[in-house]
Amino acid sequence: MKAFRIFTAGLAGLVLAASAHAAGDAKHPHAPEDGWPFEGVTGQFDQASLQRGYQVYKEVCSSCHSMKLMSYRNLGEPGGPFYDPEYPNPNDNPYVKALAAQNEILSPTPNDIGEFDYRPATPADTFRSPYPNVNAARAANNGAAPPDLSVITKARHGGASYIYSLLSGYPDQDAFVEREVDGETVSYIDMSKLGGHGEEHAEGLLKVNPGQYYNPYMAGDTTPNYLGDPRHAPPGGFLAMPPQLIEGRVEFTDGTPATVEQMAHDVAQFLAWAGEPKQTKRKSLGLAVMVYLGILTILLWFSYKRIWRNVEH
Amino acid sequence: MSGHESSYTPTNAFTKWLDSRLPLVRFAQDTAINFPTPKNLNYWYTFGGILAVCLVIQIVTGVILAMHYEASVDGAFASVERIMRDVPFGWLLRYIHANGASMFFLAVYIHMFRGLYYGSYKAPREILWILGCVIYLLMMGTAFLGYMLPWGQMSYHGSNVITGLFGAIPLVGESIQTWLMGGPSIGNQTLQRFFALHYLLPFMIAGAVVLHVWALHVPGNNNPTGVEVQDVKKDTVPFHPYYTVKDAFAIVIFLIMFAVFVFYAPNVLGHADNYVEANPLVTPSHIVPEWYLLPFYAILRAITFDLGPIPAKLLGVIFMFAAIAVLFILPWLDTSKVKSMRYRPVAKQFFFGFVAVCLLLGWCGAANPDDAVIPALQGEAKLVVSYNDGNGGEATSEYKGGSEAYVDARRFMEGLPEDANASISAVPAPTFAFRHLSLILTFCYFGFFVLLFFLGLTEKPKELPESIHKSVLKRHKDADAAATPAE
Amino acid sequence: MTDTPAHDHGELIDEDRRNFIHIATGAAAFGGAAMFAWVAVDQWNPAADTKAASALDVDISKIPLGGEIRVLIGGKPFFVRHRTPAEISAAEAVNVSTLRDPQTDDERLHAKPDGTLNRAILVTSGSCTHLGCVPVGPAQGNTGDFGGWYCPCHGSHYDTSGRIRKGPAPRNLPVPDYKYVSDTVINISL
Repeated sequence: MKAFRIFTAGLAGLVLAASAHAAGDAKHPHAPEDGWPFEGVTGQFDQASLQRGYQVYKEVCSSCHSMKLMSYRNLGEPGGPFYDPEYPNPNDNPYVKALAAQNEILSPTPNDIGEFDYRPATPADTFRSPYPNVNAARAANNGAAPPDLSVITKARHGGASYIYSLLSGYPDQDAFVEREVDGETVSYIDMSKLGGHGEEHAEGLLKVNPGQYYNPYMAGDTTPNYLGDPRHAPPGGFLAMPPQLIEGRVEFTDGTPATVEQMAHDVAQFLAWAGEPKQTKRKSLGLAVMVYLGILTILLWFSYKRIWRNVEH
Repeated sequence: MSGHESSYTPTNAFTKWLDSRLPLVRFAQDTAINFPTPKNLNYWYTFGGILAVCLVIQIVTGVILAMHYEASVDGAFASVERIMRDVPFGWLLRYIHANGASMFFLAVYIHMFRGLYYGSYKAPREILWILGCVIYLLMMGTAFLGYMLPWGQMSYHGSNVITGLFGAIPLVGESIQTWLMGGPSIGNQTLQRFFALHYLLPFMIAGAVVLHVWALHVPGNNNPTGVEVQDVKKDTVPFHPYYTVKDAFAIVIFLIMFAVFVFYAPNVLGHADNYVEANPLVTPSHIVPEWYLLPFYAILRAITFDLGPIPAKLLGVIFMFAAIAVLFILPWLDTSKVKSMRYRPVAKQFFFGFVAVCLLLGWCGAANPDDAVIPALQGEAKLVVSYNDGNGGEATSEYKGGSEAYVDARRFMEGLPEDANASISAVPAPTFAFRHLSLILTFCYFGFFVLLFFLGLTEKPKELPESIHKSVLKRHKDADAAATPAE
Repeated sequence: MTDTPAHDHGELIDEDRRNFIHIATGAAAFGGAAMFAWVAVDQWNPAADTKAASALDVDISKIPLGGEIRVLIGGKPFFVRHRTPAEISAAEAVNVSTLRDPQTDDERLHAKPDGTLNRAILVTSGSCTHLGCVPVGPAQGNTGDFGGWYCPCHGSHYDTSGRIRKGPAPRNLPVPDYKYVSDTVINISL
């Protein structure tokens, strides 16, 4: 019955051979060159980057994207962008209060005569939503409601790297060409001019419909729009969000030059923090638990050896 | 072993008084302290204890989470995130609970394969095995109901698919489906009833576990030799402290692995789409169940053909449920008198093949059924140009090969008249896809059980040891001779 | 190594019990269980969002003279009362030493940012210090024997400074932490 061992080994080999191929229609998201400071067992968020990231979110993203699960008080919590050890309770942190007060929100509770007033937000309030509900969001954005960003890094494969790659991965303006087709101007991307981050990329033209924006990191299918060999359609897909991060779009309060990469990096880090504010605490507690379990394992091993020392088993 | 007599003697007036009214201490002594247990149980036998710990962890964290969870379509997603963000240690409790489900299934699969290998389902332990299968079914139900509660995209659409399975049942299927969902679709009412059941089922599991342990303690433990205990003094040791300490050691090792997931990879076993709030209008592009249900999902999808009057959809459901049902009749399918596969050289090989089949089915369940199993072996896709042939009919023209095929196809399209409305598309080359592999593996899965029936009649087993005691001594002698550490 | 018959096990175990390694193992396991128990207990504490929603701004300019408004902060009731001059002088005229819970009226008021007191506005908790019922006041037409509040559950009478004067309640209605944000808005927090 050696045959079955061989059969099993063969199957294992099959799994290995098959898993070698890189699946996926979109380009694999990549981290910034220096990696993320919050990764690894002892990783921590870079507070200055989180502060800049909040600024990018506030000045750019928040005009369309909500973050319903975030409150202004979160910004001043331990590990948060504006945490100040002097104010362990973020509700008292004057800077957080000031940040909250910059936002006019519709009060969630009615006033004395039953109407809902606009008022400056307090730290206890959730982030101001750009639209009152999803229908309004859809109507204002050509039918594509911008997703809530509270847990976006956990809701997408690749997490912060995905956000970073997507935001900094739109094709350059000089890759666009326009052609007259049946009397109408149609926009195309010349795939040969697309920066490829050193990877192979397709040749030929990709048709871009009005209101659609090509991004190689977006999940989707480019085949119907690709004028070329359909077997080699470029990776990625189309989304309804135009490129938002243009050099100098925000002016960082700490003087950091606002390059596209810098803004994408900072907002991705901010969103990674917002997706799970407790993650650094999680990892540090994990370390203590590991040490504890390790000690307990050793103790139990000696206990076990001692109890069984006189029994053949 | 069923003749295991109580060795408890009350020592003081209170314990004597209690013993004659409610012999609680006697019961604990006899079942958890002095219970004679074969001395040769290996680490595969510690998974029973590990599973008990898993159940307790899930119930404790689950009851706590229920204090903070809100079972409504508007509040469920936000309340789970509130647990993660605002409740003290909520993130820890939720990650323990979510990963605990996976750990529970990992342990139960090892426990089941152990039972299969050592023949723990054979007389006189059939009821013990069947109760185990009942627990497994209840676990699957609980896990499915629990996965719905965060009200993410996978929660919603996964529940949609599973309730849809009941819709495949002829005549009454659709009524059952509507009855389960409490409406035309999954909604608030479904979430509330599923939450109530998710809270209830673990206690039913606990009840079934009590019966399972009871059924274990009547015949006593099986052991790796499959030879029953003959001499309690020579063959067994008391459960405490010998197996309490061994189980505890294994439990802590298991907890280390558990903790690695909870603290350093809490979401790898989940699916990113479940962090998107449920949207009934958009189904995620690649919908899969949790990993522990993947083999059954693969079997469900493997059946794509009708069998006589039975449509493929129903047949898939039948096969999937049969894959579990076959476990219930296993004690009577296996005809061999020898319990442990240690002494069944042929069956042993098939057992390892069966484990591989189950793992591969899981792999198929996770994959897209139309994808090639080995993409390197798949040939280049062919190009198909479809156009109007001028007589109102559709015509196609195929091109095979590399880039020159595209050039040829283009040239052909340019040669067509303007009104031909030509379009080009790629058709993947036929290949060995996961669909095919799943089908083969499905037959291997069921084949194993059929094989056990015939194998028991023909296989010539190895010589069995006379007793547990002697097998231990023999192994130690062999080990000393070979100068290798003992098992 | 020898194999030990079962009847010897008991003795071995007894000897083993005092072994250091078993005590250390047991202690470590107990410690771990205790830590987990602490997690399970700590989660009963108020969550961060619950703690955050524990302050409220109240516009005091709209309270009619002699009336009060009732607000909920974190689910707890509070009274904000606009006292008449007669009520103020009644509150100030009491001989503090005769009270069950001696407090002057001034002690029960918080100063404005400029240091002066707004004696017209009294802010108190809305839970009777006896067993937590919510006393009735001017809006319900019953202010008790002392013109303040009356608790219908067990008959406690509070005066116009919210001090207990008669009945089973042991203490005055507590004054919450509040401050004047402006002349017309106060911020009350738990």
